[in-house]
Amino acid sequence: MNILKTAILAFGLMLAPSAAMATPGATAPAAVAANAAAPADAVANAAAPVWPVTPPVAGIGQPVNGAIGIQPQVTKLGEEALWMHDIILMPVMVIISLLVLGLLFWIAARYRAKANPIASKTSHNTAIEVIWTLLPVLILVGIAIPSISLLAKQYKPAPKEAITLKATGNQWNWSYEYPDHGIEFTANMLPEKDEAAPGTAFRTDADGPRLLAADNRIILPVGVPIKLLTTASDVIHSWAMPAFWIKMDAVPGRTNETSFTIEKPGVYFGQCSELCGDKHAYMPIVVEAVSPARFAEWVKFKGGKMPGSEPVAAAVAPAAPAATGATAPVADNAAAPAANATNAATAATGN
Amino acid sequence: MTDIAATPSEFQAHGHDDHHHDADHKPGFFARWFMSTNHKDIGTLYLIFAIFAGIIGGAISGLMRAELAAPGIQYLHGWAELQGGDHLHLWNALITAHGLIMVFFMVMPAMIGGFGNWFVPIMIGAPDMAFPRMNNISFWLLVPAFTMLLGSAFVSGGSGSGSGTGWTVYAPLSTSGSPGPATDMAILSLHLAGASSILGAINFITTIFNMRAPGMTLHKMPLFVWSVLVTAFLLLLSLPVLAAAITMLLTDRNFGTAFFDAAGGGDPVLYQHLFWFFGHPEVYIMILPGFGIVSQIISTFSKKPVFGYLGMAYAMVAIGVVGFVVWAHHMFTTGMSVNTKMYFTAATMVIAVPTGIKIFSWIATMWGGSLSFKTPMMWSLGFIFMFTVGGVTGVLLANGGIDNYMHDTYYVVAHFHYVLSLGAVFSLFAGFYYWFPKMSGKMYNEFLGQLHFWTFFLGVNVLFFPMHFLGLQGMPRRYPDYPDAFAYWNHIASLGYVIMAVSMIFFFVNLIISLAAGRKAGDSPWGEGATTLEWTLSSPPPFHQFETLPKVD
Repeated sequence: MNILKTAILAFGLMLAPSAAMATPGATAPAAVAANAAAPADAVANAAAPVWPVTPPVAGIGQPVNGAIGIQPQVTKLGEEALWMHDIILMPVMVIISLLVLGLLFWIAARYRAKANPIASKTSHNTAIEVIWTLLPVLILVGIAIPSISLLAKQYKPAPKEAITLKATGNQWNWSYEYPDHGIEFTANMLPEKDEAAPGTAFRTDADGPRLLAADNRIILPVGVPIKLLTTASDVIHSWAMPAFWIKMDAVPGRTNETSFTIEKPGVYFGQCSELCGDKHAYMPIVVEAVSPARFAEWVKFKGGKMPGSEPVAAAVAPAAPAATGATAPVADNAAAPAANATNAATAATGN
Repeated sequence: MTDIAATPSEFQAHGHDDHHHDADHKPGFFARWFMSTNHKDIGTLYLIFAIFAGIIGGAISGLMRAELAAPGIQYLHGWAELQGGDHLHLWNALITAHGLIMVFFMVMPAMIGGFGNWFVPIMIGAPDMAFPRMNNISFWLLVPAFTMLLGSAFVSGGSGSGSGTGWTVYAPLSTSGSPGPATDMAILSLHLAGASSILGAINFITTIFNMRAPGMTLHKMPLFVWSVLVTAFLLLLSLPVLAAAITMLLTDRNFGTAFFDAAGGGDPVLYQHLFWFFGHPEVYIMILPGFGIVSQIISTFSKKPVFGYLGMAYAMVAIGVVGFVVWAHHMFTTGMSVNTKMYFTAATMVIAVPTGIKIFSWIATMWGGSLSFKTPMMWSLGFIFMFTVGGVTGVLLANGGIDNYMHDTYYVVAHFHYVLSLGAVFSLFAGFYYWFPKMSGKMYNEFLGQLHFWTFFLGVNVLFFPMHFLGLQGMPRRYPDYPDAFAYWNHIASLGYVIMAVSMIFFFVNLIISLAAGRKAGDSPWGEGATTLEWTLSSPPPFHQFETLPKVD
């Protein structure tokens, strides 16, 4: 059963991009099927080949309505910070708050004027004052030690083999560069269907939730360290990705650096996190994490080169290796394989 | 706490047979209210001003919560049409105005200008402030400042009217990113408000150091006076830095300098360092007088002196000093070096120690006391708990590695509203109810006061607690529209605003009926627990008090 599914999926995934590349006309029907109401789209989409859009998985890499906790983390550092939040900080915060609340209730009951008509005149007790000075000091030292070590880990520079991604914030979109691969593109928010100008792309559910979907996703390999560089062309923006525990301001005239390694394939959403003018809320950040092999295909698709070797040409030229390459992300991305299959057929909206 | 053994009769208002005596000779209406040199009248002006600004700032937050009650743009298009600009720019103008009004024109004037002016001279046994005319100009500088800020809403600030830079006025959004005169007007407004506060600070420092009654040593001063003294030093040392920073913004905007323009050799992050060197002490400026007010009230309604008086006073001094060396914890995501982040993480945590001393000392003050739960006491108890909640989330945010996730999300919004909207504002209401009988000579309505407290307490918690959840789920600040997955808690928060707004009706009804027909308040309506000098005077106090200085043992 699984094998059959995988085979169908592999076929679908293999077909969509290669068909699009080979015969631009072939995408047109798919596009029309997807956007029956706006036939003009077909023209726009038919012009360029498209990369299939993997739909996101609910609850992963995006907020959940009514949820009260931190988003699931898919980087080691994110998991560690989450652990520190959940296991160290939350209990300390809850215990201190409840202690103060409990004391207030106890005092209100025990020392209300009716229960205690004559007030004591005590105004000093050196021992207790020393205790309530030293105890918080100890608690804070207990927090500071893991906190400082977390900071140190977050600042470990990316290793040499890391893939560099440069994000430039503009009013109001993100442009990305993969300097190692020679790829550049700009990512704009996908508008809703009723807000998009005729003939331009609009958001479908496969792209992601409203305000979070972008027309171009950052494709990154899982398990490979990523060196993120941020800068800006006009005002300060901030590249934020909650699922990675990453937030790095994009400051004009500066290049900030941080790094992360994505552990799980999937689609992850973030939003600009520094007030940057009118459309501050409309410049989302979308990362799609795929297998390294799939990433290599994407690089080739984008017209880039894998650094240091010639793997791109060898991998995609004949049909069979392409099929294996296409299978890999499916096997990794076990969360929503069925959705992937349908997606491959209707993947035409973005361009 | 001090025990005052002065006999009240010596310095009370003289009887009706003595109309021409200086102590009760009031000037005519215009001279009294527009050319005032009387600290109590100036304090009253400040309080009226703060209430007026609070209504405007609160109404703006009502517009924001209405817009945020559901995903999608609800009302901004319509409002922007009235105003004739871009609807998204209008949003940024709203958040900017809300922040600036609440900080500079509501909390600061009420705390320092209002209660500070009214009660610092009385509490130290002084007839007035050291520089009465400077006191007057301090207040009257606020009026053009506020007018300028409100006026900026009607001139262009880019794609619409009003300055849309956020209250932090970060460059380069505030320089190259905001054409039009609105941002210049907002900056000049801050200059004027800052000058007003610096003059006020000089006045308080001089008054407290030089005009204490015989026997009123520094270590006998009521904690409210201590809190204003520390606050005045923070103002004096931090506001000039703000003034410098925003002056550089002005010259960058208008005269071709490039302090914060990377293309001209400047640095946008430099602005943030300068701003937060002011901005962090500023948050203590807003909360320290609240600490002082709460200390007076807890002591009064427990019928006990404040526990650990010296510890309480020097905890405030420590908070003030350390508050100057933690500013960059507002900038953990700007790309600072790891050592800098480690330092600011550790230094910020240090502040939790004196803050903890204060919380525990308030609890110990009540311990063994004989507590009555009048309205001011309820606000103070609410303050202690809510400030604790805002304090512990502050410790969380102090961790640079954790703040990476929380920075610029609603978690931060929740945190600073817990310490300000539920901290500073609770202490303002506490002080208002506590001193209302003294200031007006009338008692407030206790039932309406309690109703106001409980509904406000419920409202602000429903309003701000869900913001923690939104922040943890990753919702960024300053967004007019949000992904649908943030809808649930945003809706709850907006309901909380409605509850809070209704509770404010109780406050204003109480204020009006108490002023018009309140029961006459005695000299010391709170009984034996109230030991500071203001309770030895009549209610309201004579126009000039302490012509003969009181003696304090």
